[in-house]
Amino acid sequence: MAETSVSHAHEAHGHGDDTQLWEGGKEPFKASYGKLMMWYFLVSDAFTFAGFLIAYGALRFSMPTWPEPDFVFASFPFVKAHWPLIFVTFMTFVLIFSSVTMVRAVQEGHRENQRGVVFWMFLTILGGATFLGSQAYEWTTLIVHENVTVSQNPFGRHIADGIYLNEDGTEAKKTDGAPDTFVKGESYLLHMHTVAQKDGTVKEELAQRKLKYTTGAYAGQTGVQELGPKAFGALFFFITGFHGFHVFSGVLFLTIIMINAGSGVYAARRNGYEMVEKIGLYWHFVDLVWVFVFLVFYLL
Amino acid sequence: MAGHQTYEEQKALVFRGLMILGVITIVEVIIALFAKGHIIHGVKFSEGFGHYLYMLLMIGFSLFKAYFIIFFFMHMAYEVRGLMLSVLLPTTLLIWAIIAFFQEGSSWGARREQIKEKDEEVVKPAPAGKPQGYLLPGIMKG
Repeated sequence: MAETSVSHAHEAHGHGDDTQLWEGGKEPFKASYGKLMMWYFLVSDAFTFAGFLIAYGALRFSMPTWPEPDFVFASFPFVKAHWPLIFVTFMTFVLIFSSVTMVRAVQEGHRENQRGVVFWMFLTILGGATFLGSQAYEWTTLIVHENVTVSQNPFGRHIADGIYLNEDGTEAKKTDGAPDTFVKGESYLLHMHTVAQKDGTVKEELAQRKLKYTTGAYAGQTGVQELGPKAFGALFFFITGFHGFHVFSGVLFLTIIMINAGSGVYAARRNGYEMVEKIGLYWHFVDLVWVFVFLVFYLL
Repeated sequence: MAGHQTYEEQKALVFRGLMILGVITIVEVIIALFAKGHIIHGVKFSEGFGHYLYMLLMIGFSLFKAYFIIFFFMHMAYEVRGLMLSVLLPTTLLIWAIIAFFQEGSSWGARREQIKEKDEEVVKPAPAGKPQGYLLPGIMKG
């Protein structure tokens, strides 16, 4: 009976003051430990992504030119045409759909519906995998066909109006006989061509056409098509890669949690499939980051 | 936990979320293609006031999408106020980060020529025998 008297004494003493909070069982912010920590992890992750995107903005502002997103991101699988931003819109929709199926999985979890949780999580995983595949296509196009790497960017833009020159220095003409001119801000992509070396071998190089500026501070100056800012390639691969890695780890965790849910691990816990709710928070965050990656890289 | 909603209401929220996010994304892309001159040939908002308006609109749409995802998909609207503030208030620090770093970037961009000059500048070596660096007048020798 000693125990009861102790607890009575404690109640009398601790009633209404903070000592009871240290007994455990009372959740801060009425959220479980796991959910709260997931939120704070996401806050820190948000700062990481914000740091990267702000670095992108600062470097972009520091450059005289920057590649136009609607010129750079214009390829589409199996289509030869120039379809600006359409593929990346498809990728955005894939993520939105997978976010929606994730919400459904969490809702079914609250109802303790095991089959529902597994079904909707499976669709979410499919969405994540589709997104990763799309990103693989986008990267392949840039690296293999357009020769963009972390240290090379063949996407340039003209800094003033001008006219292209032939190899011998005369003004170039288009096939229809009109002068081959360009305007300020016009985008171009440098392509690889083979150059014969002195020792008889050949070397692959980016072909840069000669040109002459006709307006602005550069009027009368000749030059070649310059490569675009290097930082573009590095920032693009690093930031979309970091986001893609979040999607990849998300797919791994979703798979593990789906298997656990299917084998009844969470049903036994009787806590409304809280683990599904936590991975759901993470998955929505990945979609949230994509909203800003989409804004910064493709829309602005 | 969205325990105060019925199951039907919850499913309706999901459908509404899909609609809102999907429609905003489509509108964003259409406006982007229009502003970049892909829809009406020759009509383009790539500089000046039109461009600022375009950027503001895109940022506004994105912030709304972010709000919707956080408050309804991540259920922040149903959490207690303290949790919401402890997650959202720290992110306002980013406003300063954006102002400071974009200012830094533009200033860097405006001084490219000067930075290049300074990078290539050859510093004349100091005459031999003379003390280098800054010395206090009292202990200056020779």
